[in-house]
Amino acid sequence: MPVLVVDDLHVAVGGKPILRGVDLALEPGRVHALMGPNGSGKSTLALSLAGGPGYEVTRGRAQLEGEDLLSLPPFERARRGLFLAFQYPPEIEGVSLREFLRLACAERGQGFCEFQRNYPQAIARLRMEPFDGRELNVGFSGGEKKRAELLQLYLLKPKVALLDEPDSGVDVDALRLIAGAIRDLADGGAAVLIITHYPRILDHVPPAEVFVLDEGRIVERGGPELARRIGEEGFEVVRG
Amino acid sequence: MNALTREFVDGLSAEKNEPAWMRAHRARCLEVFGKAPLPRFGPDLSELDFSDLAYYARPVAPVKRWEDLPDEIRRTFAALRLPEAEQRALAGLGAQVDSEVVYRSLLDAVRSQGVIFTSMDTAVREYPWVEDYFMKVIPPEDNKFAALHGALWSGGTFIWIPPGVEVAVPLQAYYRMQTEAVGQFEHTLIVAEPGSSVHYIEGCSAPRYARSALHSGMVEIFAKEGAKVRFTTIQNWSKNVYNLNNKRALAHAGAAVDWVSASLGSKVTMLYPTTVLLGPGARTENLSFTFSQDGMWLDSGARALHRAPDTTSRLISRSVVQGSGKSVFRGTVHVSPLARGAKAHVECSTLLLTPDARTETIPILNAETDDVELGHEATVGRVSQEQLFYLMSRGLSEAQAMSLIVNGFVSPILKEIPLEYSVELKGLLEMSFEEATG
Repeated sequence: MPVLVVDDLHVAVGGKPILRGVDLALEPGRVHALMGPNGSGKSTLALSLAGGPGYEVTRGRAQLEGEDLLSLPPFERARRGLFLAFQYPPEIEGVSLREFLRLACAERGQGFCEFQRNYPQAIARLRMEPFDGRELNVGFSGGEKKRAELLQLYLLKPKVALLDEPDSGVDVDALRLIAGAIRDLADGGAAVLIITHYPRILDHVPPAEVFVLDEGRIVERGGPELARRIGEEGFEVVRG
Repeated sequence: MNALTREFVDGLSAEKNEPAWMRAHRARCLEVFGKAPLPRFGPDLSELDFSDLAYYARPVAPVKRWEDLPDEIRRTFAALRLPEAEQRALAGLGAQVDSEVVYRSLLDAVRSQGVIFTSMDTAVREYPWVEDYFMKVIPPEDNKFAALHGALWSGGTFIWIPPGVEVAVPLQAYYRMQTEAVGQFEHTLIVAEPGSSVHYIEGCSAPRYARSALHSGMVEIFAKEGAKVRFTTIQNWSKNVYNLNNKRALAHAGAAVDWVSASLGSKVTMLYPTTVLLGPGARTENLSFTFSQDGMWLDSGARALHRAPDTTSRLISRSVVQGSGKSVFRGTVHVSPLARGAKAHVECSTLLLTPDARTETIPILNAETDDVELGHEATVGRVSQEQLFYLMSRGLSEAQAMSLIVNGFVSPILKEIPLEYSVELKGLLEMSFEEATG
């Protein structure tokens, strides 16, 4: 039974159609990959599912565990178990990473004691000890921000995790950490969707299913071998 | 309602059994008030009706124990957790309702160090030397409201810290305006002898009435050689209060004076705490947080007057503006020719939460010597949709997200405020966003 079902989704930004009928389903405990050339609409899909401002759904549906997602405000989507790891997480000055996570975890129904137990474990898992006392994303490098997104994901334990380019700007060691954390998540039962241009991260986290998005539509679906083919031959393999 | 006449002012002085110098002082102030113009800058004060105010009100008699206060006041103070704070976190506490102090306590340990912590009225009667300090930093000629205050002042706090004595925990006073259309004019005078230190906190609130009320307090601080005085204000007047205050400190050689304030209430505020850096090496910090909501105009600022070599000032402000609120920050630094090696830094940042919110920052940096370091930064920003969405995508409601961003923005000031109060401030902020976002 898929946990997230997207059905004929059309999305416009500033009146311009970007998604033109996307269908996909994500299964719990499984890693999926969404690939596609620049401008194909990958981030738009992720942001519209999370309820980003300015993403206008003109047609179609998205359901989380059978419940309509698109009529809910962003925080209700999050509270029902959807998580988006941002491609470019904004910096929030004066707000400590820890205090923010404590609040967010409380909204997901985790008690203070549970948080006190889980937080140091998650920090250790992503080797983020030096960031413990820092402000949320402030002064983090691109790679550090990606790790901080994974840290949040790790603590919030969503049912569906959309990861928008979790590998961009990340060095090899951090990539291994991030890949390990993603595997843990899927092993824990979450449905994961990795959005990426490059198959590099998929070598570390083999996806059960690969979707290829082009010009606002899913043009190809397949297993891990599809990601490898794209890695070798580029997106031409799914065109024409 | 009282008419502002010589008879009224003389009567007030007689009622309070004051020495002749104070009676003469009140009369002189009243005369100056009559001639002085309203401020020629800042908010519109034309709706402030001097003939519609009760200039003296004593609805509550002083008590020795909280339990003896009338129910309504007792419940108010309990809700503000004053008795609790007194037990846990304070060296002494005073509480004033309208014109008179109704409750006061001081830890025996602090009293036995020789510290004086009493109402200003008592001090004027009991210590003749108070005359050497009273309104010597802010004379009535300074401005119309200083003059009005000098004529009508009642209640407030007098603190004297003996040489070398460090008061480890804060002293606090709480001001409550209870009567409709009342005027409250408490006077606070702090004399910190050489090498002493003290942290004083004042808080205030009022119920909301249809008619306007006036609060025009005055604070004078004398920080002698090497003394340290920190003055924290948590201002939460209701939105019918004109809050027009005068606060000024003299810092002698090596002394440090810090003004910390959070202003969340009032209809109109005009407040520009000033430190005169009189002696070599004196320093001052002014950390100000204002939150202007719908219909409010908070006109605040800070002034540092460098009058001696190697003096330092740091004026930092964070303003948050919501609805049709307006915030103005006037940061003034003046360095006299004598003040070689002075350092001054002025930083004001404003966060606008709504399209109608208005703000102005007016820095005036003026140095009459070349041997100075002056720095100035000003920023005005809006809460970004991207930040709001990011926090909401983690499960925080719009009000929670907004309050987190605002808290983060004002954190440089909030972290300087004792924990009990900063927690309450965060709560007040969140409440206002709950209201705003429904």
